[in-house]
Amino acid sequence: MIEALFFMLLLGAVCGLVLSFASKIFYVWEDPRIAEIENFLAGANCGGCGFTGCGAAAEAVVKGKALPNVCAVAGPEATTSVAAVMGMDPGSSEPKISRNPCEGGDRAEDKFYYNGVNSCQAVAAMFGGKRTCDVGCLGYGDCVSICQFNSIRMGEHGYPEIDEFSCVGCGACERICPKGILSVQSMSERLLETNVEDAALAPCQQTCPAEIDIPGYIGSIREGNYEAAVHIIRERNPLLLACGRVCPHPCEDYCRRSIEDEAVSINQLKRFAADYEMNSGKRLPISVAPSTGKKVAVVGGGPAGISCAYFLRRLGHDAVIFEAMPKLGGMLRYGIPEYRLPKKTVDWEIQGILDLGIEARTNVQFGKDFTINDLLTEGFDAIFVGQGAWVDYNLKIDGEESKGCFKGIDFLSRLSGGEEIPIEGKKAAVVGGGNSAIDCVRNLLRCGAEEVSIVYRRTRKEMPANEVEIEAAEHEGVKFLFLAAPNKVITDDDGNVTHLEYLQMELGEPDASGRRRPVPIEGSETQLPVDILITAIGQQPDMGFKDSSDKLADLQITRWNTFDTDPETLQTNIPYLFTAGDAATGPSLVVEAIGGGRRAARSIHQYLMGEEVKAPEKSLFKRHIEESLFTEVPGVVKKKRSTMTELSPEERIKNFEEVDQTLTEEEALAEANRCLSCCRLCYTPDLDKLEKDVA
Amino acid sequence: MDYIVLAISAILVNNILLAQYLGNCPFLGTSKKMETAVGMAFAVVFVLVMAGLITWIVNAFVLVPLKLEYLRTIGFILVIASLVQFVEMFLKKSIPALYAGLGIFLPLITTNCAVMGVCLINVNEEYTFIQALVSSFAYAVGFGLALILFAGVREKVLLARVPRPLQDTSIALVTAGIISLAFYAFKGMV
Ligand SMILES: Cc1cc2nc3c(=O)[nH]c(=O)nc-3n(C[C@H](O)[C@H](O)[C@H](O)COP(=O)(O)OP(=O)(O)OC[C@H]3O[C@@H](n4cnc5c(N)ncnc54)[C@H](O)[C@@H]3O)c2cc1C
Ligand code: SF4
Repeated sequence: MIEALFFMLLLGAVCGLVLSFASKIFYVWEDPRIAEIENFLAGANCGGCGFTGCGAAAEAVVKGKALPNVCAVAGPEATTSVAAVMGMDPGSSEPKISRNPCEGGDRAEDKFYYNGVNSCQAVAAMFGGKRTCDVGCLGYGDCVSICQFNSIRMGEHGYPEIDEFSCVGCGACERICPKGILSVQSMSERLLETNVEDAALAPCQQTCPAEIDIPGYIGSIREGNYEAAVHIIRERNPLLLACGRVCPHPCEDYCRRSIEDEAVSINQLKRFAADYEMNSGKRLPISVAPSTGKKVAVVGGGPAGISCAYFLRRLGHDAVIFEAMPKLGGMLRYGIPEYRLPKKTVDWEIQGILDLGIEARTNVQFGKDFTINDLLTEGFDAIFVGQGAWVDYNLKIDGEESKGCFKGIDFLSRLSGGEEIPIEGKKAAVVGGGNSAIDCVRNLLRCGAEEVSIVYRRTRKEMPANEVEIEAAEHEGVKFLFLAAPNKVITDDDGNVTHLEYLQMELGEPDASGRRRPVPIEGSETQLPVDILITAIGQQPDMGFKDSSDKLADLQITRWNTFDTDPETLQTNIPYLFTAGDAATGPSLVVEAIGGGRRAARSIHQYLMGEEVKAPEKSLFKRHIEESLFTEVPGVVKKKRSTMTELSPEERIKNFEEVDQTLTEEEALAEANRCLSCCRLCYTPDLDKLEKDVA
Repeated sequence: MDYIVLAISAILVNNILLAQYLGNCPFLGTSKKMETAVGMAFAVVFVLVMAGLITWIVNAFVLVPLKLEYLRTIGFILVIASLVQFVEMFLKKSIPALYAGLGIFLPLITTNCAVMGVCLINVNEEYTFIQALVSSFAYAVGFGLALILFAGVREKVLLARVPRPLQDTSIALVTAGIISLAFYAFKGMV
């Protein structure tokens, strides 16, 4: 008995000694924080966090691969403790939430039956798992059974629905889903997401340059949840009030409904949601990720700059906007006229964005009042330049600098800036056929010009301006002179313009762009009496700041005077310099500038985080998913689209009051009901909805 | 020749998992995925060979001369547990790549009854050192074989429609029983 005791003591001592020596000899330095953090984790080794046990999770936190809230089981106190060990602000753990964009197969309650199997993984392994489309939900609920927190349930329509409140973002559902549709993302990750080939995207969302989840917000409007609609739009587009008014809505051209019926009035619904927020008198809160301590200079306070600063701020970076003009807004304020987009609306919208904590320094011009060296000295980690396209093209004819002659952008911005230009009772002509030309003529009418004409080289069919705009100008009484090419400006002895001489043209052979080229008719010079002549034949960016610093000497510029960049990353050849908007694309659209601003913010975020700046894999940039473009859409019952009320032409040319009015709630709901809630291949036909209503 | 017979009997006829039903918890716990099963199989080969040899030495040179054979079980537990800890530290320092592969499985084996069982078998059967080496290795290979086969079957079971009350562990136990029956066909071979 005694020997046994002695022996065991001895054996224990030997083993203990060997081990303690071994631990000295084979000591590997390990961050002490790992052990410390492990103490705070639940210790269940459940793998709910996605790592092999608590130890691995703790290591991941220390290596920065996981956030303090890694543990799916331990509560917020553990998160705070772990964050304290890491010296992080506990807030820096942005919660992740699982989301399911797929509304399930062909929207039917039927459960798909393959012989004998009842798990999505099995179906995917055996049959490639195609139910309706390649990416869609299979409906067997592997995600439902894997979720340890009962946050996913099979909804009544046979696809999983996620309870955002109990979801801890452990990622188990994302890992088990063989179709990869569930995604567990933080807000920042959602803001950075772009359209990709294998995503669940409606044709309209594929088309929108800002990539807004259109069926998503229309769905929220339909349910009467206007706030949710605003939030969905804001994930992609911070300027919803402005876009809701001036966007020419390329999305509606691809609306699936338009194949059988009139397109859904997507933009009117956006405006409805946006106006709902503004008129409700309170601003909806916008969440912002915890600060990263990085600082970005945003030069140019137009839509591109504002969008870029907004997304950077929401991603946790600090942004300072530098603007040459007295106020922010760019063309929204200084180009687009009051009757289309009231200044007080622009003010309200921009204020909400600045309230996120974005600093704006106005009346400072890049290249003159400050240079890139100043920005670098001030400690900015990256620079965004979106100076727009403000330099008007010249007509290159004699006398175009005479008194009474203006350039389009110059004229519009001076007018918007509040300058008094004597127009009342005068005869005016505008050269050009684009939106700026139309904006000029409609402005002139409202300023009391006696007679206003548009002089355009080609025919009405070829006018690049939006159809609605041209029609509005026609209703308001503008005269159109087509196939007329200005030849020279005639002045009186004081140098005031009196006539515009133009040549009559006829259409010749089609040119490279496929449009028939106008050719002048010999001896057809005609004189048009004018007191004011405005040239609005296009603009290009001002690259004058390039000479202000030798740091910019190598900056590459295209022959259209725009930045030469990869259109997707928007990073210039100077790695810390990014761009977007008209300065990158040439004159374009507000939504294009907003989408570009977000892409630039994405690239800047990658750059600031030390990642490689690159476009997403399988990016769908400006393309469509072929299979989602239909030629026929069964089940659509024709229903007129809600049209907005507008002021009568006689009424509206008297002042600068907003012409288009918001949809009423009733109209908006009716319009939202016209949406087919499309995805890649599925949609909800009207007939289904009717049946449900009857039931 | 003897060694081959010994090996075959350890791998197939007396398979530690399917015939002796030792090491049940890693058998069920790590067989859900092929990848884990393979990792576990290699970790067991590694540890079992080491444990078989050390315990043989402890038995032959310490316990027998001191006439303390009755302390075998408790002594072996201590020795095996320390050994696994030691190996873990050694690998972490010297062969980090191997540690990364086997690391998470090593602690699981500390208290594995299959390891303990083989060590005791070696001693009970009064094997020589070489025989103990062959038998430990062969038993470990048998463990790996059974585990990997089982993991393959379980991955296929996923594709089958299993009544809800029988899902997961229940059906796994049934499957294990059937595979074990199949292994009974080797009985009487040696
Ligand atoms: C008359 C007119 C009407 C239009 N109508 C529509 C419409 O109805 N729908 C639509 O979608 N699009 C319309 N557009 C186009 C749209 O306005 C532009 O595509 C969009 O504003 C481009 O945004 P941006 O941020 O790139 O540039 P901008 O809006 O031009 O903003 C650039 C900003 O940078 C500032 N800036 C310039 N240089 C400097 C410098 N050196 N230092 C500091 N700041 C500088 C400018 O002051 C300006 O605020 C219209 C354009 C015009 C001219
Ligand atoms: S019907 Fe709705 S979801 Fe479908 S394309 Fe039109 S707006 Fe988009």
